[in-house]
Amino acid sequence: MIPDQLQHQIPALIVLTPLVLGLITALIGRRGLGWWIAMLASLLVFAGSIQLLIDVMHSGTYTVSYLMGNWPVPYGIEYRIDPLNGGVLCTVALISAAVTLFARRSVASEVSRDRLHFFYAVWLFCQTGLLGITITGDAFNLYVLLEISSLATYTLVAMGKGRDRRALTAAINYLVLGTIGASFILLGIGFLYMVTGTLNMMDMAERLDAIYITWGTAEPQYQKTVLTGFAFLFVGVSLKLALFPLHTWLPNAYTYAPAAVSALLAATATKVGAYISIRFIYTIVGTDAAFRGAIPTHVFIMVSAGMAILLGSYLAIKQDNVKKILAYSSIAQIGYIALGFALDNKNGLTAAVIHIFNHALTKGGMFMALGVVAYRLGNTRLQDLRGLGRKLPVSMGAFTAGGLGLIGVPLTAGFVSKWYLVTGAIEAGRYEMAAIVLVGSLLAVVYVWRVVETIYFGKRDEGAPNVQEAPITMLVPMLLLIGASIYFGVDANTTSWIAEAAAETLLGVQP
Amino acid sequence: MKDLVVLRVVARWNIPFMVVFGLYVQTHGELGPGGGFQAGVIIAAGFLLYGMIFGAQELRRIIPRWVTDIAAACGVLIYAGVGFWAMGNGYEFLDHAALNPANPGGAEPWGMTLVEYGVGLTVAAVMITIFNEITEGTAPEDEPVNKDYDNPTEMDLPRR
Amino acid sequence: MLDFLHDHYNYWVTIIIMMIGFYAVVAKSNLVKKAIGLGIFQTGIFLFYISIGKVDGGTAPVKVMGEQTDVVYSNPLPHALILTAIVVSVSTLAVALAIIVNIREKFGSIDEHDLNHLEAEQE
Repeated sequence: MIPDQLQHQIPALIVLTPLVLGLITALIGRRGLGWWIAMLASLLVFAGSIQLLIDVMHSGTYTVSYLMGNWPVPYGIEYRIDPLNGGVLCTVALISAAVTLFARRSVASEVSRDRLHFFYAVWLFCQTGLLGITITGDAFNLYVLLEISSLATYTLVAMGKGRDRRALTAAINYLVLGTIGASFILLGIGFLYMVTGTLNMMDMAERLDAIYITWGTAEPQYQKTVLTGFAFLFVGVSLKLALFPLHTWLPNAYTYAPAAVSALLAATATKVGAYISIRFIYTIVGTDAAFRGAIPTHVFIMVSAGMAILLGSYLAIKQDNVKKILAYSSIAQIGYIALGFALDNKNGLTAAVIHIFNHALTKGGMFMALGVVAYRLGNTRLQDLRGLGRKLPVSMGAFTAGGLGLIGVPLTAGFVSKWYLVTGAIEAGRYEMAAIVLVGSLLAVVYVWRVVETIYFGKRDEGAPNVQEAPITMLVPMLLLIGASIYFGVDANTTSWIAEAAAETLLGVQP
Repeated sequence: MKDLVVLRVVARWNIPFMVVFGLYVQTHGELGPGGGFQAGVIIAAGFLLYGMIFGAQELRRIIPRWVTDIAAACGVLIYAGVGFWAMGNGYEFLDHAALNPANPGGAEPWGMTLVEYGVGLTVAAVMITIFNEITEGTAPEDEPVNKDYDNPTEMDLPRR
Repeated sequence: MLDFLHDHYNYWVTIIIMMIGFYAVVAKSNLVKKAIGLGIFQTGIFLFYISIGKVDGGTAPVKVMGEQTDVVYSNPLPHALILTAIVVSVSTLAVALAIIVNIREKFGSIDEHDLNHLEAEQE
């Protein structure tokens, strides 16, 4: 079907396609060509990542490895795909393809025409970075790609300046915090490099294991170096992930960015951050050092995650802009993911991985529904959504279905992840965390209901502009994501198969 | 600033040497310290000096925006092109052995040289683009510079 | 104590430079100064990387032709990494300045307190 030669090159092509096509967009993307090139790149990448995930799941060792420039493993950059990053890769590629389809009309109404080809070039660079972070097996390469995606993200957020000038301050805020986070990651990688002398993640993990044996006997300074490095890394990644006390950049960045950018960021950027955390904690540093060493990191994460769930949901209730409600809800949902990987058991990790995917679908779809509102109304204030349920039946129906997913109603994808999460919390003996998850769901009922009530039972103001349902190119990707979130809530076999395989490989259980 | 004789003369003398030195660093890169990044920045520094002395618009006149845009993209495409060439011939991305399969070790410097030329082109073009981006929209050349040194205005005095 | 300070002086310098930059980021309200602070902060990290590449008695990692073979070289890898990180840092600074220029155009100020007031008014 696919020639072997091409199949072998897929890992490199997944990152190179958006990079090269992004450059071509910047060069010749005028006159509306930009979107077509971006769409082509997204579809190619999506097809490639599905093929790659299939390869990974059917290879005996659950890994596919690609050597850049054919340099042997510890010296060159290795692209290494296992079920975890194969799954995240597919999530990022799926969301990117859907949001790119959505972006055509939405972005054209928010970004000035002569800037459109730059927008799509940066859009593709952002995808390059996100896909690269996910696929690479080299710690420093991860940092560089993280910065590529972050720089692209700051620019994309700033492009919301045409509709609301606060996009600019949100972008600079995000830039300052994001750069500090990235610098911490750089410093953390430096410490680990000092100890191990290698940058390849698997090699680093092996050498750290060899060092751990000597802990408590000779050379205790290694212990300090590893833990300091891990601390820097963890704080840096948490900034990128927007884990609770470090989330302050997120609400404004999501609110004032163009609608398509909000959908892309909410569904992919923080998810990739979660992936980096899982990768560093489980694969590289190892849970023995990270959780059971001198610093009980998992307790910190659990406290942060618990606060994120409760305060994020509470703050979401108090907002008057629906985009901000979703942004604060994202903070709470990131709390669920963080809680999942802090539990340190198979069900918890499965919950984290599966929630990365499920929440990406749900939030991506919901932000697109709000994109339709912004496209038709020009803003997303709650009072302006009154009675829109009858005017925009499809989009508001999708929004409601997504909202049910955020609550975790059975037969939606959110229920599957929360089921795993509560099981994992009880298994780990953390009953208070299970309780917090349930309380968080109740709070989610409140903030979702507040919007749903306004949409369906509110009365439209007299003389409010008449609005129509959005064009088909905006409805299709939205329904695709929301439909998928319901499909994977009913039939969770595929997603839980991949997520459980990811959890098993991370915990070192032989498949 | 172009009315200041000292600056103008020094710049006129220095810029050619900066650019030539940049080219030296570029061509010498695979044998000694140097390479595309450094060379690109040094070459760009020459042009930026020109832009600062004679005004950003004058710089844009000799190197229009579209030249730097295309140069920046072409540099990356050279880099990626070397990689794709290897891919097309059944090697891994950027495996320079593809350039000369008979003598893989001898092909390595060739691959590196090509890649570094791509890097140099991009870095130089991007540095100039950044300069253009930041100076664009600001008042065109000739910011108020007081040439009457005996009677300095408030702007020329060191801020306390 | 003095030995401890002396033996680890590269770390002390790194920490001092990083904290100077960090102070500027946190305490200054002018956005350009914040951007400069970020640059200083990252420079501290670059110095850290470069200093860990030093091998005692090592020379520049350029192959000496035809001479003795037991030459000790410093580790060139951190330098190569930092070259990339410097490019990243310059790009960050460029993006930051571009956004600040836009802020100046739209808000008429680049002072954080003023911006907060202007944003609060817009609510």
